[in-house]
Formats: sequence, structure tokens, C-alpha cells
Amino acid sequence: MQDFLELLRNVVPSLLQGAVITLQIAGVSLLLGGAIGLPLGIGRVYGPPWLQRVLGAYITLFQGTPLLIQLFLVYYGLPDLGLTLGRLTAAYITLGLNSGAYQAEYLRGALQSVSEGQMTAARAIGMSKAQAIRSIILPQALRLVLPAWSNEAIAMLKNTAVVFAIAILDMMGQAKALASDYFAPIPIYMIVAVFYIVLVGVAYLLLRQVERRVQIPGLTSEAE
Amino acid sequence: MTTEPILRIEDLYKSFGETQVLKGFSLTIQPQEVVVLVGPSGSGKSTLLRCINLLHPPTAGRVWLDAQEITAPGVDQDKVRQRIGMVFQDFNLFTHLTALGNVMIGLTKVRKMHKKEAHDLAMLELERVGLVDRADHYPAQLSGGQKQRVAIARALGMDPHIMLFDEPTSALDPELTGEVLEVMQQLAKEGMTMIVVSHEMGFARQVASRVVFMENGVVVEEGPPNQMFTQPKSERTRAFLRKITDLDDGGERQ
Amino acid sequence: MDFLQDLIATLSFILQGLWVTIGVTLLALTVGLVFGVAMAMLRVYGNRFLRQVATVYSVIVRAVPVIVIIFILYFVIARFVNLSPFLAGSLALGFASGAYQTEIFRGAFQAVPPGQMVAARAIGMSRLQAIQSIILPQAVRLALPAWGNEATLVLKDSTLVFVVGVPEIFRRAQQISARTLEPFMAFGAALLLYLILTMIATQILQWIERRYRLQM
Repeated sequence: MQDFLELLRNVVPSLLQGAVITLQIAGVSLLLGGAIGLPLGIGRVYGPPWLQRVLGAYITLFQGTPLLIQLFLVYYGLPDLGLTLGRLTAAYITLGLNSGAYQAEYLRGALQSVSEGQMTAARAIGMSKAQAIRSIILPQALRLVLPAWSNEAIAMLKNTAVVFAIAILDMMGQAKALASDYFAPIPIYMIVAVFYIVLVGVAYLLLRQVERRVQIPGLTSEAE
Repeated sequence: MTTEPILRIEDLYKSFGETQVLKGFSLTIQPQEVVVLVGPSGSGKSTLLRCINLLHPPTAGRVWLDAQEITAPGVDQDKVRQRIGMVFQDFNLFTHLTALGNVMIGLTKVRKMHKKEAHDLAMLELERVGLVDRADHYPAQLSGGQKQRVAIARALGMDPHIMLFDEPTSALDPELTGEVLEVMQQLAKEGMTMIVVSHEMGFARQVASRVVFMENGVVVEEGPPNQMFTQPKSERTRAFLRKITDLDDGGERQ
Repeated sequence: MDFLQDLIATLSFILQGLWVTIGVTLLALTVGLVFGVAMAMLRVYGNRFLRQVATVYSVIVRAVPVIVIIFILYFVIARFVNLSPFLAGSLALGFASGAYQTEIFRGAFQAVPPGQMVAARAIGMSRLQAIQSIILPQAVRLALPAWGNEATLVLKDSTLVFVVGVPEIFRRAQQISARTLEPFMAFGAALLLYLILTMIATQILQWIERRYRLQM
């Protein structure tokens, strides 16, 4: 027990530093993924057929292959083509592109679940298609997509752990370094597991709060 | 004195793939007329309304609104739809907006009004349908009849020259149809030109200036309600009207 | 010609990892299936204590990155038995997948109409018999779409066992890229190979789904 407390004292500061990096990577990548996923999702539903196919191929590529290989291709592979990225930048870009594919699919589902009558009614009062998407369909779809988006945010927190493989000192990276420094892999990985549980738990509670706040009065979401 | 018709439909055709729904439909409507359109289901009534405001592009034929041919190439369809109000069977209120928001959004986004101005006008429209006290309610918090009245206010907000009603009461419980029909009757009194697809024969008798019976995508017979109900020329009209008025009266007698 | 030679060398080297990847995936999926079905049954039909055990397993494991689970289990297993990296890695991945499969099967069990259990008991089956021969066969079919999704996730997550030195596709790509010094080619080839693999897997899973779909 004494030993364990001693170990805890030694590893917690490093893990906290790692937590900052983990949160930073998750946050930036989620936003980047949102910036990619929003136009992609809209294009998938409302774009011309050729665009829908191109976007579909992008989504298949990123959903159909492991994150780890995507990360290594971006970080180690792109320099072969003359594009050298820093570790963190490579992490943001890979996770962002990957998350963009997922977020686009979630948004597509949400856009398609807004009833057709909403578009008809918007056009009937003289809105253009673009206006109708912007002021009527999208505000509803963004509310509908929130539960799926929350899942994506939590998946992202866990997905960031792969960046340790390109030697980033996120929580996982710190844990790996500490595990070999202290020759105590089991307790250290257990401790980092607890860190992840706390992060994921807090994120979950916060996102539930947001979901409740933007709920449309009188409507009960079908997911519940 | 001949007045300029507000709407003229000439030889309108509409097909979906192989299915022909409208097969040369023609009709002329004068200002302030209330035309009630009846006909068996599948006769093309809803399709006709959606062709008039160009939600469905007609396959052939021409439509004039206020002497402007709106089926001509190059016409700004969004502008045309602003002048044609439409009320749907299933309301189609914007789910994420309050009653007030539903009326306001067309004013701010399409008519480009300032918020304050739009708000005041929207409140006036809600007052017209008697729902000022429900302004802050969301669609999911309103009854069917209230929803439909908000939908009417939303359409009125665009200051339409003509209103199209696509079975406005058929999704409502019987006890809620009255409040909607009352609002429509009031509109007619104020001089609104209206085309109403409905089988509410009481409404047709009291409010319609003309009843049009259509079947298989064409007009079978039209005339003032009195004549249509008492001495229709066509056997088809007689049979159809008898069927729906029997149902109607049966309902009222109970 | 150097390029072509490198490409052939790269492809043939990485391809040797194909069966390892498939092996890890199938083993992990099977382990996960056993855990998943068992834990889901506990969550739905178990007593208070068993329900809690199953819930804790599913909630905790799903809140932790799979890579962390693999590290923990790998070292825990190594302390007790001497397993090959292939077995240890697959078991760890399966344990993680089991938590996700628990949720999938829990949903499926709960989606079987309650009348099925009542009817099974009414013809004299014990509770266990009813679960076994009436509820489970239906739940498995209901779970198929979500399970197919999980299967492709495990296929992709099987790259993570590289950390314990299992020579699957990704590990092989790493090795050959260190040798040829052409990482773009190595990881590009691995990526394409995976893309083909997941597409085939998706087709197979969809075929299974269609074949066993329940008409309800």
C-alpha cells in the first residue's frame, strides 16, 4: 500500500500533463472533424450524384481502415511526398479527417430523418433550397445529431490514445513511458485507465446536460 | 365588366414516371373567389395544388398568376411561391420554432424584414387566427387545430394573393375541424381568393363561390354549390357528391 | 525498377500478415461473443449482484481505450501463464470487444417481445430452457446488424495488438518500412489491403444478415 501511494505520487503529475495533451488533441480534432463533417454531410444528402459518390468514397476510406495506419501514413508516409508534419499536427489532421467521415455520416442520418414536409413547407413560403436547408432543415438536424455526436466525442477521447504510437506524450504516451521507468506496468496502466474513466465520465455528463438544454419543448427524442 | 383573373390554369399535364396524374386540367379563378375542389382520392387534387405553386413542375400546360405566366422559363419560382400561400394536410410546422417563430421566419428570411417589424406583423397574423396566447408554444405543445391555424398564419404572413388549402382538416379529430374552418370562413369574408381541397360539404355550401368536381386528372363539372348539390349535370358528379354528403349529413344528425 | 521491386517486396511482406490479422480478429470476436452473450444474459436475467457485476464490466471497459485494456491484460496474463503474443493479444482484444458486445446483446435480449418468454414458460419450459431455445436464437438474429458493425471495428482494432509484437498487417508494414525506408509505400499498401478486407467483411456480414433476418 505504501509503495502504491508512493507510485501514485510519482506518476500523477505526468499523467495530468498527458491529460492536457489528450484533451487538446480530442478538442482540436473534434472541431476539425466538425468543420469537415458539416459540409460533407450536407453534400452527401443534397449534392449532385457525382459529389455524393466522391464524398461516399472519402467516408468509406476513413471508416474502412484502421486509425493507426492512417496516422502512420500521415506522419511517416507524407514526408515521402514532400509534406512533413509535426507530431501534433499529424495527430490533429488524422483524427480530424477520420472524425469528419463519421460526423458526416451522423449528420446525413439526421438530415434524412427530418421529415420531407419541412422542406416542402419551407419552399412553399418562398424559401430557396439553400435557404430552407440553412434555416429549417439544418437547425433541426443539428439537434437530432447531438446524441450521435456525443458518442463520437467520447469515441474521440478514447481514439486519441493511438497517438502514443508516434511518440506523443498524451495520457497513454505518458503511461507507457512511466511503465518502463518504474517497471510497474500493471498498476500504471490501471491508473491511466482510471484517468480515462474520469475524463469519459465527465464528458458524458456534460454532453447529457447540453442535450437536455437544446431539446425542443414538447418533443421527446425517439432515442430515449 | 370583366375582371382580370387572378389565376388561370390552361391544359395542365403532370406525370410521375409512367403515371399520368393531371391530363389537361383547365380552370380560371377570379379575385375573391373561393373554389372548393372535390373528387375521389387519386384524382389529382393535391398534385394540382403543388403544380400551381410549382412545388411539382408541370409536365405540360401553362399557369398564369396575376397575368404573369409563372410556368414560363426564367421565372423566379421562389418569388412566385411567396405570392401563393399553402396550407398542408399534416400542417408541416417547423418543429424547432415556436408558433411565433414559424410565422416570423418567412418574414425575416424571405421578405427580409427587420426582426421588430417581423415580430409585430407575426403577432398580428396570430391574432387573426386567434392564437396570440400560444405564440411561445412549440408545435409539439399545440393541438392539431392550433397547429393548422398557426400554419394558416404562417402562410398569411407572406401576404399571398391566393391561398391553397390541401385537405386542411382531414388530419384533425372531428371536434377540432370547426376552429380551422371558422378561420377559413373569416378569410373568405375578408376577400381572400382561395382554392380548397376538402370534403367538408358544410363549408362548401356556406362559403364556396364555386365547387369543382375533378376525376382522373380533369374537371368533370363545375358550378355554384347550390346547382352542384341539387342538380348536377353529370351522373358521376351526382354519385360522388351523394356519397360524401350522405356521410357528412350522417355525421351531423347524430 | 527499384520502385517496382520495392513495391513487390513490400506487398508480399505485408501480405504474410493477412492471416495473422484474420486470426486475431476471429479469435477476439469469438472471445468477445462468449463474454458478450454471457454478460448480457447476466444484465438482463441475472439477480441484483450478477447484474451489477456485468454492468461494471461493460461500463468500465467501454470507458477505457482498447489499447489500454490490451496493455493491462497482456501484462496480467503474462504474470500467470505463458501465452504467445498472438493468444494474449487476441484474448485481450476479445475481452475489450466483449464489453461492447454485452451492450449489443443486452439490447437484443430486451427487444425480444416479453410474450415469447411467457409462451415458452406456458408450455412448461424452465426459465433457462426458455432463454436457451426461444430467446437466444431470436436475440442473436436481432443483434446481427450491430454485431456486424462491431466485427468490422474489431477487424480495425486488431492493429492494436502490434504493441505486444504480433506480426499482423500493421506490424509488418512497420517492419518493411524500416527496411525499405519507403513508409508511404508500406503504410499505403497496408491501408489499401485493409480497405479491401473491410469491404469483403462488410459484404459477408450483409449476406449473413439477409440470410438470417427475422420477419417480425
